[in-house]
Order: sequence, then C-alpha cells, then structure tokens
Amino acid sequence: MPEPIRVIHGKAAPLEADDVDTDQIIPAEFLKIIEKKGLGKYLFYRWRYNEDGSKKPGFILDEPEFRDASILIAGKNFGIGSSRENAVWALMDFGIKSVIASSFGDIFYVNASKNGLLCIRLPQEKVRNLRELARGGRLYLTIDLSEQTITISTGESIRFEIEQHIKERLVKGLDDISITLSLYDDEIKKFEEKMPSFLIPKPKRFIIE
Amino acid sequence: MAKTIFEKIWEGHVIAEREDGQALLYIDRHLTHEVTSPVAFEELREKSRKVRRPDLTFAVMDHNVPTTDRSHPVTDELSAAQMRALARNAAEHGITLFDYHSPWQGIVHVIGPELGLTLPGITLVCGDSHTSTHGALGALAFGIGTSEGEHVFATQTIWLKRPKKMEIRLEGNLQRGVSAKDVILYVIKHLGTGGMIGHVVEFTGELTRRLSVESRMTLCNMSIEGGARTAIIEPDEKVFRYLRGAPYAPDGEEWEEAVKYWSSLKTDSSAEYDARYVFDASRIEPQVSWGINPAMTTGITGEVPSPEDYDDRAQRLLVERALSYMGLRPGTKITEIPIDVVFIGSCTNARLSDLIDAARIVKGRRVKQGVRAMVVPGSMLIKRRAERIGLHRIFIEAGFEWRYPGCSMCIAMNPDRLRPGERCASTSNRNFENRQGPGGRTHLVSPAMAAAAAIEGRFIDVREIEPADLCEIEHNARLEEPWR
Repeated sequence: MPEPIRVIHGKAAPLEADDVDTDQIIPAEFLKIIEKKGLGKYLFYRWRYNEDGSKKPGFILDEPEFRDASILIAGKNFGIGSSRENAVWALMDFGIKSVIASSFGDIFYVNASKNGLLCIRLPQEKVRNLRELARGGRLYLTIDLSEQTITISTGESIRFEIEQHIKERLVKGLDDISITLSLYDDEIKKFEEKMPSFLIPKPKRFIIE
Repeated sequence: MAKTIFEKIWEGHVIAEREDGQALLYIDRHLTHEVTSPVAFEELREKSRKVRRPDLTFAVMDHNVPTTDRSHPVTDELSAAQMRALARNAAEHGITLFDYHSPWQGIVHVIGPELGLTLPGITLVCGDSHTSTHGALGALAFGIGTSEGEHVFATQTIWLKRPKKMEIRLEGNLQRGVSAKDVILYVIKHLGTGGMIGHVVEFTGELTRRLSVESRMTLCNMSIEGGARTAIIEPDEKVFRYLRGAPYAPDGEEWEEAVKYWSSLKTDSSAEYDARYVFDASRIEPQVSWGINPAMTTGITGEVPSPEDYDDRAQRLLVERALSYMGLRPGTKITEIPIDVVFIGSCTNARLSDLIDAARIVKGRRVKQGVRAMVVPGSMLIKRRAERIGLHRIFIEAGFEWRYPGCSMCIAMNPDRLRPGERCASTSNRNFENRQGPGGRTHLVSPAMAAAAAIEGRFIDVREIEPADLCEIEHNARLEEPWR
C-alpha cells in the first residue's frame, strides 16, 4: 500500500529524451529479481554503466548537482513499451517521487499510480520550459497534489490535471483491493452467477493434435 | 446507439462505474507468467488473500526458459528461482500451470489462442504488454502491471478508464512477400510510438478480413508499439474454425451457444470512433526498422535517414542517438546493411504460418557463412506440428538452429542474446537499445525478410526471391483448422 502523498518538494532534473521505454528504465535482466526493493541501482542501467560494470560519465542523475533530485522532467511518451512495474519500483527506489512529461505510456502511468509515483502530464511547451529551467541544477518544485499545482522556486505556479480517482487514492494512500472487495463484492458475485457456462474453461482429457 | 465491438464487450463486463469514468470490469481470463507475477503472489500471501478464480487463471513459464534441450536443468539460478516460485504459487492457489516440461508450454500469447483459453467476446488480462495479441480473436485483452495483476488475482476484476476508440482500416491487396508484420510496422511508422496512446484500436477493412487469424495476431500484437491500450478485430468464421476442438474451447451444445453469441459481436455500421485512419496496403513494401523504436522504420528500398531530416530538436537528438547506437550512417541503403544474427521467433511471429513463410524462402538455400540463425517456435505444440510436416528439416538443412519454445532473444532473459555490436534481423517486436542483449542491434522484419537476410547475410528485398512451393506442407499444416 503506498504512503499518502500531499506535497512533494524537491529538486528537478531534466531528462532530455522522448520515447523513453521501460526497457531503458530497467533492463530485462534485472526483472529476475523477485523484490520491489533495491532496484534503484539498476535504474537506467545501460545509460549509466558500461558492460564491465564501470560507470559511464554524463548521465544526468549521476551528476553531483542532480544526485538529490526527486522530480524528473522528461519528454513525451515516457514509459512506453513493456508492462514491467519494475520500472516504477526502480524510479522510486532511486528516490524519484514524481515524473513530469507531456505524455506517458498507458501501462506505466497506471503502474505508477498504484505505487505512489506521481505522474503529471503538462503541455509540451510547459514541459520544455521546466526542462530548460532545471538544467542548472537549482530548480526546486513544490507539487501540491490536493491543490493540483506545481510551484516553481521563483513563485510561479502551474496547474495540472489528474484523474480524480488517482488523486484520491494517492492522497489517502488507499489500497485498491480493499476498496473493491468492501464496496463491490456482492456485485462481483452477482456477475459471476450470470456468466454463461461456455465461458468456464473445461479442459478436454483426450486431445488428438 | 450504435456501438463498436469494443464497447459491446466492455459494457457487458462493467460491474460498477464511477462518476470519474473509472469502470470496474470483470475479467474472464487471467494469464500469468514467471516474471511479472512473483511480487503479486507475495503481496497476496502477506495479506492472506486467495486467488478468487483459479479456474479462470492460467500460468505458463516462457520469459526466461532456455530454448535448448529440456532434459537439462536451468542453470541460471535467478531464472530457475522465478520458475520455482511460479510452480509453488500455482500449486498453492490451484492454478493450472504449463511448466517447462509441459507439452503445451509456449509463449503466453501464443498458447492462449492455440489452446482455446482465449475466446471471442471475453475480457482477458496478462502481466505483459503484448497481451493485445488476443484481440485478434475478438477478445478485449489488456496488458497490465503487477499491482493490477494482484488486484485481478484477489477480485477477478480490474479498474480501468474507458479508452478512446480508434479505427485503423486496412484496404488493398498485399504484394507478394509482404505480410502483416510489414503492415503494422508501416502503420506505426506513420502514427508514431505514441500515436495510439489511450485508444483501443480496431482493425477493420477488406484486408483485415482477408488476413488469417495468425496474421491478425501479428497486427494486434504490435499495436502496443504504437502505444495502443489494446487492439481488437471482429471475430468471424475463420476465428471459429481456428478455435473449434481446441483443448479449452467449449464443445458440444456449449460450442453452438458460444458461436451464436460470438457471431453477434460486430461493430454497428454507424458506430463512431474518436480517430480513424485508412491505409492502402497495396503500397506497402517489406519493412525494416533502422533505429531504436519500432516507428524508426523504412521500406526495403529506402535508406537510413539523417538527423537533418527532422525539424523537431528532440526528434533530431533521438535520431542521432539511434544512429550512433545502431552504428549506421545517414544515406546507407537498407540493402547494404550486413547482419550477424537472424532470430525467427517471439509472440509477434513464431506461429506455424510464420515459420512456413520463412521456410518458403529458406528451402533449398543455405544460411550465409558467418551468420548465426535460429528458429524458436512459439510453443511446444507448434514445434510438434512443424516437425510432423517436416518443416524443421528445411531450417536445419539450411543451417538454422531449431530450438524449443520461449520468449528467447526477443527479451534476452535466457541465454539467447546478442553479443555487443552484433546486428540482428529479428521477427520480434522491439528494437529498443540493449533489448536483445547489451549492445545488440535489432532490425525488426517479417519472417520472410528475416529468412532472406539469413541467406544473403544482409537485408534483401524478399520480393526478388522466388519462394519455394510448399503446397503440400501447407496443406498438411491445417493452418486454418488446427484441431480438426
């Protein structure tokens, strides 16, 4: 169950790239790890490390001025591709609390919302401006989820839209399964009673291929 | 009000709807595999929750299984641990498992349709983005994350925002040597990697109807690479014949009842879409991806583009990165690109008809010296069917490796992977950086194009190659009615 989120305050780091797929966020070889925790060290692994495990220079989140960043300003189509929720777990384990982009991969966006990683969609122009401002490593943002605002260190405030159910769940840190079972268990049962029998798989014993 | 097939299935499964448009949808089938399920099962265990409908849940080992002889144990300890975890979790919850040694093991999106687990009109989810594949049979199928998977385990339902509707109408005849893979690469090139985000894509039109069920699966499979929430195609007689007699498909009176219902699953003629595209497929030539996402694709007669061709700065940067990663120069003709490895496999293109497409090009020819070429059938069933009709011999005689089924080099979680710098003609679905192995370079192509590249050692227009006559093999393959 995610921790409730009200306000996120932190340094922003610009990720100057469109179409960042979840294979880049965390490569497949690290999907063999059966835990959510500790994946931060594999975040953007191929962008940060050479084949022999040595560090590649120049990756933004490894730069001294961005090491403490907790807000990522990306491009468009962030998190497209594979459904791996490990991408969200790796970002969060690394210390990222919010990603701002002009669009997100659908599955990534939902996965993030289930774990308390706040994804914010803004118009492309606004995202670009924020990325520019963040370049120097001195851009601090205050994201107020209840108010749906992002306040820049200079005082300027940007309003963002977010699905009400995601907002509610994040603000309260609710567990989806408990909500569903407490509110809708009877409806689910009723639905199941009406299911036609041909929908229930009945494996045949003898099959001639 | 006129409705699309997606709306009919959606509305038939809504249990509750909230004011903000979120719907609680009942899930008829939950397919799961060893990689995205362990955390979900662990969370269930922590909260002492059970899988609500083990009879509607099916598990398979596919992502990290080795594709070599099954008599050997899995040596990668982490992979073996994930496989053991799935076996333990399936046993604990009473879920049917197709394990490493099952005669029905295979890639989850291949075995679902072939075993009749996937049916028209059902809702289906799986913790894997390529779940859109199942839409080819008229199922409403969503790729989901691990938390959502846990929710489905516990409640047999999922909360979803109603997606928008997109129609992609495919018209015209395909040229000889051009396949569904080329069509979907072409469509993604035109709409972009994010072009279908938030939409359920319905493929319609003359060509879609003419395509085989397996080709339709290729179309739906890769719609996720255009960002689609999922894809769907109206089920027809072809789908019914494909399913009839399958191990988990209904039979007897239930079959009749099911077909009656399935036949009603049509998009009303005046139904509306939020977006519509029409493609004339007769103009499509064999496609080859040159970059690091599937939209970075061009025709076989084309060439590698230059960053200068793009106005947008971010696009320019991306193309620069792509060319640097792929080791390609602007202006290089696609047919001048040499390849090291050929991979015929994956949930996109490892069904029997895909293998026959490749075999037509391979028969009587030899894999170019220095090229490593492998065929990884999509399932044990496909492997056996292929061997029964002698298809494997065509590949083996030409110098291909004939492997056991699994996701293999599409995701490189097992030992099948590219070495740094190696260039691969691959029938898989993603050419992302390092996807097929660290430093590996992927070019996405159709099975026939991959086969042709294996023979020539470079990309070549498959339309120039005279395909072998495999009429007898094709006849014996019973592609349209595998279970009759």
